[in-house]
Amino acid sequence: MLSYIFRRFMVTIITVIGAMILLFIFIQLLPGDPVSNLVGPRASEAVIQTFRERMMLDRPVYVQLGTFLLNVLRGDLGVDVLNHVPVSRLIMINLPHTILLATSSIFFACLLGIPLGVYAAAYRNTLADKILGVISISLISLPAFLAGLFALLIFSLNLRWFPMMGAGESGNILDQLYHLALPTFSLALGWIGYIARIMRASVLEELTQDYVRTARSKGLAEWVVIYKHVIRTSIIPVVCVVGLGFGTLLGGAVLIEIIFSRPGLGNLIYRAIETRNFPVVQGGLIIAVFLYSLANLLADLSYGFINPRLRSE
Amino acid sequence: MKATAEEVDYRDNIFTRIKNRYKNSVVRYVFSEPMGIASLILVALIILIAVFAPFLAPRNPNEIDIINSLEGPSRSNLMGTDNLGRDIMSRVIYGTRIALFVAFSSMSIAVIIALILGVIAGYASEGVDNFLLIMFDIIRSFPALILAIVFRVMVGQGLLGLIIIIGFTSFPGYARLIRAQVLKIKKSEYVVAAQALGVPAHKIMLRHLLPNAIGPLFIQIAMDVPVVITFEAGLSFLGLGVPPPTPSWGSILYTGYSYVRVSPWMIIFAGSALALATLGFTILGETLRDNLDPKLRQN
Repeated sequence: MLSYIFRRFMVTIITVIGAMILLFIFIQLLPGDPVSNLVGPRASEAVIQTFRERMMLDRPVYVQLGTFLLNVLRGDLGVDVLNHVPVSRLIMINLPHTILLATSSIFFACLLGIPLGVYAAAYRNTLADKILGVISISLISLPAFLAGLFALLIFSLNLRWFPMMGAGESGNILDQLYHLALPTFSLALGWIGYIARIMRASVLEELTQDYVRTARSKGLAEWVVIYKHVIRTSIIPVVCVVGLGFGTLLGGAVLIEIIFSRPGLGNLIYRAIETRNFPVVQGGLIIAVFLYSLANLLADLSYGFINPRLRSE
Repeated sequence: MKATAEEVDYRDNIFTRIKNRYKNSVVRYVFSEPMGIASLILVALIILIAVFAPFLAPRNPNEIDIINSLEGPSRSNLMGTDNLGRDIMSRVIYGTRIALFVAFSSMSIAVIIALILGVIAGYASEGVDNFLLIMFDIIRSFPALILAIVFRVMVGQGLLGLIIIIGFTSFPGYARLIRAQVLKIKKSEYVVAAQALGVPAHKIMLRHLLPNAIGPLFIQIAMDVPVVITFEAGLSFLGLGVPPPTPSWGSILYTGYSYVRVSPWMIIFAGSALALATLGFTILGETLRDNLDPKLRQN
């Protein structure tokens, strides 16, 4: 098991470093000279030179790459060339919003998905189960950003129940939660269907176990069997899916953040690309890749703990 | 004239053969479930709309009519008009074409890259295999949409660029699938026999490994069509997809989002088209998977 963890850990580190190198190459290949894109065509030679030096573009590529990797390891993601703010600070401001959005979506999806899945399994092959199945697949197939647009149209514009944009007043937790509601709902919708379906399958499988037969033959009511015995074990696959899903949610959050004009990592990267603010793009992507790989690593490890057969592969 | 016994026998043979073939065919499985039939009809309809778009669209999708811009549904414009007075219905119909075209061509690119690299990874030495696996993981370690956005800025606008980018960001999943299949097949007798006969490696890969490893890929492709359609719509929504004025569901949605306070119709109609397409392809893909995957079929 230790060697499995070690190997998986090494692969993650290589992946993250490889992704950083790939990212560095991308930025090199970007069309247009970053300096003239920034300062405009009419800037003087001296200004161009200052910017070139500030962005280290006057050094050989491998020196740039080396410095870049070392700086990232030190936690220095460069400086925003437009506002001279450290990129790490920009990320510290924006990242909590994205993590909050992803976490609240997962939480909301579990809150609804798990009971729905258990219900469908308890009443398997009834009309209610079939209707829930159709609802689940409809939710799974609905793109999150489309859910966001529809939610915006219905709940903000028509019914005026929720605000349209922003993350709410900073410091005012109630206002922030109020602003979080619709984005969370839109991002969670697909996951409700997904979790309900996994939970249903997992409960159905668990119901065939011997201990369930024992519990039933003791004369326990069916709901006691399910709620006291079955749910505890059948929730494990959901935990794994949630771990894997966290990374996917980070990506899905980009469009939701843009639709609801929320601050966040995705929105930060998107705006930085538009203004060709490369250090911000680079820094934001590194953090995104790091979080994504970390979530996948944790999910893989939890799989390994639960299913020993996977460790040897 | 009476048919001879031999002829009857022959005819019976043909019928039973057709019957048996139908019994085991995918079509029968899809038709055996109401959801399967519904999704098949939906998908067929979407494909028909895409193919016959020029005959179905009431107007030219790019015909500008500023005076009648941002209008609601009316007799002359069944789904209303957008900010330039273009007929939304015609744009949604032509958008079907773009959605399917981008989805199928980018998936073909993904499959081609995946087949080449997957077979090589599975068949080549451990060093090459590890290197390729790490490459796949690196590409997969980027959130796909963000990676596509970066690529898009790099490669620039254009339909071909979009197709290549979507293909490139989605191939690693398929490549891993192919590699796993090849690892399984590589040990089988016919491959060992070919090796013993001295067949060169590239011929073994092309003639023996590739055709036999491709099966499970089809299920995965069917499952991924809605994902790719959503991907294109998302990129077009960000203004990084199909270049204007070509109608795409994503770009119609973006215009709708920009004018959401004035007219909800673009989001309602283009959104419904996108939702129906992803729903149809998702159910069809799952029906196929449930019935083609032998492990699931036993259950």
